[in-house]
Amino acid sequence: MSARVMEPDDVRRALTRIAHEIIERDRGVERVVLVGIADRGDDLARRLAAEIERIEGVPVPVGVLDITFYRDDIGLRSEAPEVHETRIPFDVSGRTVVLVDDVLYTGRTIRSAMDALIDLGRPHTIRLAVLVDRGHRELPIKADFVGKNVPTSRTDDVRVLVRELDGEDGVLVEPAAWLPDAEAGIGGAGMDESA
Amino acid sequence: MSARLVFAEVRVVDPAAGTDEVRDVVIADGVVAGPEAAEGAERIDARGLVLAPGLVDLHAHLREPGEEHKETVETGTRAAAAGGYTAIAAMANTHPVTDHAAIVHEVRDLARACGLCEVFPVGAITKGLEGESLAEMGEMVEAGVRMFSDDGHCVPSARLLRNALLYAKAFPAEIVLAEHAEDPTLVQGGQMHEGPHASTLGLAGRPAEAEEIVVARDLALAAATGGRLHLCHISAARSVGLIRRAKAEGVRVSAEVTPHHLTFTDADLVTYDTNRKMHPPLRSEEDREALRDGLADGTIDAVATDHAPHAVEEKEAEFDRAPPGTIGLETALAVVLTEVVATGGVPLPRALDAMSTAPARILGASDHGGPIEVGRPANLVVFDPEEDWTVEPPFASKARNSAFLGRRLTGRVRYTVLEGSLTVAEGKPTR
Amino acid sequence: MNEHVLSMHDLTAEDVTRILDIAGSFREVGTRVIKKVPALRGRTVVNFFLEDSTRTRISFELAAKRLSADVINFSAGGSSVAKGESLKDTALTLQAMGADAIVIRHSSSGSPLQLTRWVDAHVLNAGDGTHEHPTQALLDLYTIREKLGRLDGLRVAIVGDVLHSRVARSLSFGLVQMGADVTLVGPPTLIPPDAQAWGVQVSYDLDAVLPKLDVCYVLRVQRERQRLEYFPSIREYARLFGVTRERVGLLPEGALIMHPGPMNRGVEIDSDVADLPRSVIEEQVTNGIAIRMALLYLLLGAGEKVPA
Repeated sequence: MSARVMEPDDVRRALTRIAHEIIERDRGVERVVLVGIADRGDDLARRLAAEIERIEGVPVPVGVLDITFYRDDIGLRSEAPEVHETRIPFDVSGRTVVLVDDVLYTGRTIRSAMDALIDLGRPHTIRLAVLVDRGHRELPIKADFVGKNVPTSRTDDVRVLVRELDGEDGVLVEPAAWLPDAEAGIGGAGMDESA
Repeated sequence: MSARLVFAEVRVVDPAAGTDEVRDVVIADGVVAGPEAAEGAERIDARGLVLAPGLVDLHAHLREPGEEHKETVETGTRAAAAGGYTAIAAMANTHPVTDHAAIVHEVRDLARACGLCEVFPVGAITKGLEGESLAEMGEMVEAGVRMFSDDGHCVPSARLLRNALLYAKAFPAEIVLAEHAEDPTLVQGGQMHEGPHASTLGLAGRPAEAEEIVVARDLALAAATGGRLHLCHISAARSVGLIRRAKAEGVRVSAEVTPHHLTFTDADLVTYDTNRKMHPPLRSEEDREALRDGLADGTIDAVATDHAPHAVEEKEAEFDRAPPGTIGLETALAVVLTEVVATGGVPLPRALDAMSTAPARILGASDHGGPIEVGRPANLVVFDPEEDWTVEPPFASKARNSAFLGRRLTGRVRYTVLEGSLTVAEGKPTR
Repeated sequence: MNEHVLSMHDLTAEDVTRILDIAGSFREVGTRVIKKVPALRGRTVVNFFLEDSTRTRISFELAAKRLSADVINFSAGGSSVAKGESLKDTALTLQAMGADAIVIRHSSSGSPLQLTRWVDAHVLNAGDGTHEHPTQALLDLYTIREKLGRLDGLRVAIVGDVLHSRVARSLSFGLVQMGADVTLVGPPTLIPPDAQAWGVQVSYDLDAVLPKLDVCYVLRVQRERQRLEYFPSIREYARLFGVTRERVGLLPEGALIMHPGPMNRGVEIDSDVADLPRSVIEEQVTNGIAIRMALLYLLLGAGEKVPA
């Protein structure tokens, strides 16, 4: 019963457009670094970096950030949230950091990511690029670059597929077969694993 | 005061008489009486119950004098009565040690005043239990002591034990020396049976050979001197083998096993339950099987509880700091019924013999252990062999340290009769 | 993994793999300028050390602090336990202080398990008597896997006083569970009588074992008088079982030399051996903090107590 709201070509075009927007916004990429939010944000960030390099001829540093340690729901679920790798082999201080994630939903993940970034240095600017914005913000967070706005209901499940992990690109919206997880805790939907 | 009672249609298992039949048992004026005394007596419907000679425990620690926070003669004898006992031997490791007549009298008088169970104080073999010189056995024999033991400690030197065995022959009364068989140099610092479980749990071991060595030594000395030896709380298969052979050769030896050694093994210590820490320790499955076989074939004469009360805070300590021992008077019969009789390992008459007739004979407690016949003192136990229960406080004992806490058992004492008076009625102590 | 880490037997092979897999992320926090993440903010970790160990205590303390937990240090010298208050009463006091996790080190085997009966907090065993030291074993497994790329099929010797070593027990159990081949080496008096039941081999000949090893793990020899009942002298021990420069020459190329610390230089291990590049003793220390962070995170990062 899932609806495919983005096909592989849609994803490709969206990433190309976002790459252009990033370049245009900063009038060049001298100060820009990309930081993907683990897991899927990592692949998207690297693809964006490749696109930007193709367009501008300049390589852009890419890192991956795991925000698990900054989550606001540690200790609220039956298991500790899964830990991934953080690898940011450059200094973020003074840079324009573009955070890259697959889905923007409640905004809690981004809040965690910003707290993590600020512990790692003092960026000049932080911007946000997402492939899908599904609405239902619980914090005052806004994306600067959006691949597609997909209106959803809270009970829907939005899944982003990326070539590197899932074999193909795409975005699926699956209506829930079950009721919202009561465990999600404060603020209703809270943080889910992929966003 | 003595009542006149009839236990009607009760199954009487009398190991001393060798009978097992359903009949009425009449009690009047402190003795077993004939049917004519049933006239006007209180009649207790005992259908489905079993009546046997009152149980006799060769090995209990009453802790008085000196450690009354753990147990007293009163609470200990009440626990004994609750467990169906009419006579118990109280070990000498009191404070001060029972190595002279005054304490013997004190303990016996306390027990008489309570009237819950007859107590036979055990005298120390060595002064102060120090293992160096003989205690004044003669004085204690005059005070009525028949069993001597340094229990808690092993008699450290062969020479000393030999002298004690020889010296005991001086008395016209039958004296028995009871040994706690654990070589001190091998069990130093040991917390549990040396074996795979001890290795995994990181606890120092008390190897089986520590018992075997002392059993072998003591049997040789008993054989050479012609003295009477009793071996306390046997725990190892090889000890059973040595005793079997010695008996076949005519050595005057008797042996006891505890209910907990018949039930548990060293595997039961994986939770570091301090109530299962004992000396000698719970050993392997092979050892437990040998103990059950030894009880069945009579190599092991008696079941004895080694009732060892300790205060709650003493047992709720780190495993290596907790004192060893479990209470056992209130659960012994039920444990034996559940663990060795119901499983078919030991027939009921042999089990009851091991808990009454045989220990009465070893102790010289001639008023106890049956036979249940007219004119003999009425020291009896009546139990329900089918009643299921769970071991949990409150206990009649002051202490709570039971290795059987939480365990389901089948078999429960309903009545205990001491010299014709009920000390337990409908499962509860009467005083 | 349930709500406590008391023994390597509490962890399945999957649990161990998971812990080792995430340890790297915790080690990475130690490379940052701000060596702190807010993951366990507001939680209280009590270091309940009734046996001396500055090194392990500091390792746990750093682990907790790097996760932003509050740390209370409670050691034997300055506490009521020294004055005779029972373990249970002290435990209840710690509970009343709001401990979410209690890291306990004690000279009595089994005391962490006993502690779990009296407190609601998560309990982590930092070494109990001669029983176990699971966090040491885990950091050793991690170090080995980092250096050699795997655990399955590795040939490891644990050399020395195995009988009295909780590290040896935990490490043996862990290595066997992860598929390694373990040999215990030492004088017969210092090898537990039923050690084969652990799935390991036993040898009394160190020189014969060395050429076939991937890891040589050296245990500390205790010098207290009671230990000297088990072998005639330190000199003889060192001659038969000491890992000397000559013996190191018998090890295959690429084999690791490890020691849980602190070392008796010149007894179980020669000074110049301890300082060789193939000796990973220093890394064991760094990895210790990461492993302890991972365990605190996994225990305290879960909400409902998962039934054991």
